[in-house]
Amino acid sequence: MALIEVENIRKDFVVTRKAGRLRRERSVVHAVDGISFTIERGTIVGYIGPNGAGKSTTVKMLTGILVPSAGRISVDGLVPTEQRIPLARRIGVMFGQRIQLWWDLPLIESFELFRHIYSVKAERYRENLASFRELLELDPFLETPVRQLSLGQRVRGELTAAMLHDPEVLFLDEPTIGLDVVAKQRVREFLLRANRERGVTVLLTTHDLADIERLSSRILIIDHGKLIYDGDVEALKARYGTERVLVVDLEEPGPPLRLEDARVIRTEGLRQWIAFERDRTSAARLVAEVAAQAALRDLTVEEPEIEDVVRRIYRGVAQHAPNV
Amino acid sequence: MGDTLALYGHLIAARIRAQLQYRGSFVLETVGHAVVTFLDFVVILVLFANVPRLATWSQPEIALLYGISALAFAITDLMVGQLDWLSNWVRDGTFDQMLLRPRGTLFQIVSSDFQLRRLGKAAQGLVVLVYALSVLPIEWTPLRALLLVATIPVSAVIFISIWVFTICIVFWTVDGKEVANAFSYGGQFFAQFPMNIYDRWLRRFLGYLVPIAFISYFPALYILGKPDPLGLPAALQFAGPLVALVAALAAGRMWRVAVRHYQSAGG
Amino acid sequence: MRTDWEIARRGFARYAAYPAATIAGAFTNIVFGFVRAYILLALYGQRDVIGGYDPSAAVTYVWIGQGLLMTIWTWGWVEIALRIRSGDIALDLIRPIEPLRVALAFDLGRATYHVLFRGVPPFIVGALVFTLVYPRDALVWLAFVASVALAVVVSFGFRALYNAATFWLLDVRGMIMVSGIALNLFSGFLVPISFFPDWLAAIARATPFPSMVQTPIDIFVGRTTGLDIVAALGSQLAWALVMIAAAQAVFAAGVRRLVVQGG
Repeated sequence: MALIEVENIRKDFVVTRKAGRLRRERSVVHAVDGISFTIERGTIVGYIGPNGAGKSTTVKMLTGILVPSAGRISVDGLVPTEQRIPLARRIGVMFGQRIQLWWDLPLIESFELFRHIYSVKAERYRENLASFRELLELDPFLETPVRQLSLGQRVRGELTAAMLHDPEVLFLDEPTIGLDVVAKQRVREFLLRANRERGVTVLLTTHDLADIERLSSRILIIDHGKLIYDGDVEALKARYGTERVLVVDLEEPGPPLRLEDARVIRTEGLRQWIAFERDRTSAARLVAEVAAQAALRDLTVEEPEIEDVVRRIYRGVAQHAPNV
Repeated sequence: MGDTLALYGHLIAARIRAQLQYRGSFVLETVGHAVVTFLDFVVILVLFANVPRLATWSQPEIALLYGISALAFAITDLMVGQLDWLSNWVRDGTFDQMLLRPRGTLFQIVSSDFQLRRLGKAAQGLVVLVYALSVLPIEWTPLRALLLVATIPVSAVIFISIWVFTICIVFWTVDGKEVANAFSYGGQFFAQFPMNIYDRWLRRFLGYLVPIAFISYFPALYILGKPDPLGLPAALQFAGPLVALVAALAAGRMWRVAVRHYQSAGG
Repeated sequence: MRTDWEIARRGFARYAAYPAATIAGAFTNIVFGFVRAYILLALYGQRDVIGGYDPSAAVTYVWIGQGLLMTIWTWGWVEIALRIRSGDIALDLIRPIEPLRVALAFDLGRATYHVLFRGVPPFIVGALVFTLVYPRDALVWLAFVASVALAVVVSFGFRALYNAATFWLLDVRGMIMVSGIALNLFSGFLVPISFFPDWLAAIARATPFPSMVQTPIDIFVGRTTGLDIVAALGSQLAWALVMIAAAQAVFAAGVRRLVVQGG
């Protein structure tokens, strides 16, 4: 049995709206509209979608906060809302935007309290704490009250708190939001390591697609309550990332090049960005075409950004795709 | 169970440590709280400046009612006062975070804080109670003494149950929170005065259905050896513990139903 | 003037947007009303008139008081304090209109909503169950309405004053508590001031609090009659001006401090 099994879950909300002075209008919102997927132990899965797509609703159902209107959920063999407390012991949760630590207490005291809340054995607690202190470099601010920590420090504290009780699954909601590039990298490395060394399964919801690219092998895309993609990150780019960009540096500045099956999308002095469809023309042919028109100094080919890929999917370009 | 109690101890100790960091402020706040809650008794004194008796009850006898209910309410406030925040926590998602922890939600709310300054209310309630007991011509027996001592925690349990039960309304409508105030703060006010001043319907509603009569009125009757102006059976004067048990069970059930509703209707 | 009206409308709408909260609040007002009414009636078992009130007048006093509670908003109004704490007050100071004036207009709109929907319903319930007394003269009714309006202004001045303390203190909780209780007792809300022993009544009358509750009630139940009504309204007006002036002064001092210190 897979670690997480989700079978045709739905979640309907009844929404009342004022329609005029006194009347009320009731309508049903299908926040989650028949989603199924399984997640195997030890994987890192990205879960993305536009705002209002149903991401947080799904995560709430997986973690026992919300009861599905229909369908079956099993996390580590447990039914989340029926067995909330046993499940809570096996999962770790971290929200980028919400604080779980105690605001006015030193960081270390938050950890101590978590130890007691999760009933972590003293020995194991010491081991884990020592490990995280080293990995995340917590010592400089271990005694500092949480309210005085910088965002980066707080995130490291939250990650530690989420991991202290050796959870099987980590649910992360925008873990790197607001962090600078260096801090983001550190968080990602920590998660990769946790996954590799402790076998922690990770479900990651995020708007930062670099997180997805660097961390997850698999990506789930949800929109309007439905799962519109479930598969490899690479496969996603291969299927939908058909557009590429050839960046050329010319010897002399000139007007935008006129090319067949390609168009110049940007120029800056000597440099021109040329977009082309992979299946309409090849990079090689395009380079030859450019060289025929102007003296070429240097060039690179840019891979599709997952941003662009996902944007196209959000916009419905991929509606007719066969995969899901 | 022992594990839960130990955890409660840890959590409360952490809150107390945090408050004691500001020692001066803590003393000031506690004294302030005592003074401010004492004004409730000042009202009673003002009333008695105008009449010698209130529906057959003398001022010290009312002081006894006041002392018992104030102590019971102070303990209640100290232990579950955090429930006042529940409507905020439901609204801003903090309650969801509690559902993610491997502990009961009510336990988490109850152990989330311990406002030491509420001891101020307990202190002034105790002072009034001691005053009443010293002035009143009570014929002390072991049973009377036992009842007095037992009444404080038992009445606290009844009050706590009432508060937990009524605050559940916020799981249906967050704006409904004030309805709970009618029973918690309204109930406390109601308990400061004897049942026989209220009309029958209000006695039935706030005195028996919401069992506030068992918080101060019935225990006081027994301690004073006062014949019940309402002529009710004397056995009711010992019903406190049973009422507390039933109330606690009802409150626990209501809480579970309410949280379940919250999980179905939308986090 | 037009601006004031617009702001007042917003104040009204802001509270009208939460009917459930209003109903819940009115319910609590009603429950307290009954408890308090019976307590006072119990006093009259012994005497016919206490402090110039007969039983009907005393019960009327309770129900009007309950209705005024939210209209005057005696406890826990921290709108300005919150804006100072969060720093949003800086935005208010940039605008070409006095923050206190905006707040007052907003509060008058709010008070209108509350007198209609938190004031009238409890009174009606009380009137159905108990025998109340009513003004016989249309002029007295008018005076009552004017008195309530003035009471709101006096209360606003006081609230703005203790809110402005936030410029200096970090935590207004203590102030709120003290002010709430002082207000409730000395305004005559918990017990009519005429029930007080003389020395306590003298203290109360030296404060603005009776102007917020006791004065309008006494006009309504007929304890204040004839020219005394004019005097009462006059004293309310005086207190209103004093409180507003005090609030302005403290607020201005606070703004100076803010601007100099940088919040």
